[in-house]
Amino acid sequence: MNRKVALYGLLCLLCVPFVFPTWWMVTSSMKPISEIFSESLLPSEWTFSTYEQVFRMQPFGQQYWNSLYIAVIVTVGTMAVAALAGYAFARIRFPGQNVLFVVVLTGLLIPSEVTIVPLFQLFQSLGLTNTHWPLIIVPVFGAPCVLAIFIMRQFFIALPAELEEAARMDGLGRAGIFWQVALPLARPALGAVAIFTFLHSWNLYLEPIVYLSTPDMFTLPQALTQFVDIYGGPMWNVQLAAATMTAVPILVVFVLAQRQFIEGLAHTGVKG
Amino acid sequence: MTFWTYRRRDNLVGYLFVAPALLGSLAFVLIPLVLVGWYSLNEWNVLGGTFEFIGAENYQQLLNDEKLRSALVATAWFAVGLVVLNLSLALLLAVLLNQKLRGTTLFRTLFFSPVLVSLVAWTLVWQLMLQPEGSVNGLLGFFGIDGPNWLRGESTAMISVIVVQVIKNVGLNMVLFLAALQGVPAPLYEAAKIDGAGAWTRFRRITIPLISPTILLTSIITIVGSLQVFAQIAVLTQGGPGTSTTVLIYYLYQQAFQFHHFGYGATISVLLFVIVAALTLVQWRMRRKWVLHES
Repeated sequence: MNRKVALYGLLCLLCVPFVFPTWWMVTSSMKPISEIFSESLLPSEWTFSTYEQVFRMQPFGQQYWNSLYIAVIVTVGTMAVAALAGYAFARIRFPGQNVLFVVVLTGLLIPSEVTIVPLFQLFQSLGLTNTHWPLIIVPVFGAPCVLAIFIMRQFFIALPAELEEAARMDGLGRAGIFWQVALPLARPALGAVAIFTFLHSWNLYLEPIVYLSTPDMFTLPQALTQFVDIYGGPMWNVQLAAATMTAVPILVVFVLAQRQFIEGLAHTGVKG
Repeated sequence: MTFWTYRRRDNLVGYLFVAPALLGSLAFVLIPLVLVGWYSLNEWNVLGGTFEFIGAENYQQLLNDEKLRSALVATAWFAVGLVVLNLSLALLLAVLLNQKLRGTTLFRTLFFSPVLVSLVAWTLVWQLMLQPEGSVNGLLGFFGIDGPNWLRGESTAMISVIVVQVIKNVGLNMVLFLAALQGVPAPLYEAAKIDGAGAWTRFRRITIPLISPTILLTSIITIVGSLQVFAQIAVLTQGGPGTSTTVLIYYLYQQAFQFHHFGYGATISVLLFVIVAALTLVQWRMRRKWVLHES
């Protein structure tokens, strides 16, 4: 009994730095600026004008949309590229397969930060700076995708061969087997890939500040740092309101789907 | 359809399936890597419009660059601090959550939640909490401790960046450890108990060896991740105070995109690549030697 109480106590204590920042972000976003550094857990005077200010100071709706649509395209694109390649590397025998797999896998050794100078040069010469192309196309084919290919391959390798044999007997070709048999079974792995990829794109910071230059093109991480008053001082409560709007929707989705979420990740981690 | 036409068609499908990944990684990973190598041999100032072959001069500069040396030291401190703190906290949390206790799912959710908070949002919040009059010092003041100006002190700035990053991401490693702990067969513990092994011995002699693949995996992810830490530095400290938190990637960004030295920036990129590649390969090697059971 005592041991249980001690365990709960320890867990609650350890929880504080994990939970308090989010709590503080949400509540302080509704405090007037004068109260930002007060010790109170709740605002003494609730204000929602900070949320209005967010939209007045930046094209925040547009920026939200930018982040969202980029992350969705990157996620879907990565899932498609990784599922196809992962399947082929795992289940199809073709000449040169191992060499090609090693070539793709070297991408894991090359984080996108390493190649940012030539990529910047490439996109500049194509006239694609200050567009979203670099933020979409590089992640879909770059290092995060290589990780996804690896995860998908590990998953497909473990599929029993009998399933494919049976499908072949039923007259399905390769594409049919992939689409109708293998892919539906791969849902947990695809889920984990989707989560990783979405978060990676959603949190991207170096690339946007290198490529994007006008506020209507900005993505959320970059926009969050732009809430300053006319003297260049940060407007903290407005920043927190924007941060809250950035963070809370994803947290809500997570809490609703948390079981599939965490178990999918853990599963992939052990396998991968 | 005969066996051979099936084979031939299979080859074609195989190539078609890997084509997007292969062409993409050629165009956006491998060729750019070769270009980084080429640029590093040139003096290239974007503003001045100069591009001139200078051989190994950039590398010479690299060797004599005081700031680079300090960036490497900062990177090493950051990586070591992050890995040690992250892995030990992740393991502690996983062990606690692995107890037979009601409500562990709730705690797991709470510990994991910062992983989902947008990185810059999380960093901004901590930036405010670490101000001299912020919540962290408020809490310390409650215990009668006069907290420092965390982000403006040479030693405290680095510690702050590490802690902020650990709390943000430790949930990922915790989940991986938890899955690994649940895979350790319970009879092993019971047998050890009968032999008179205490809790600590059981942990050291059974748990640690059996979850060693996960320890290795998480340490690879965490170390390589530590080399890519950019947003946290850019928001929290801008590399300061002085150059105490200017890690390699932040120095790369400064040289290439603030001072417009693309050639020298590329040289730093080459160094970053060598470090990442070497670390990853060494760890994959260790996997064979050190890890107990490789499936």
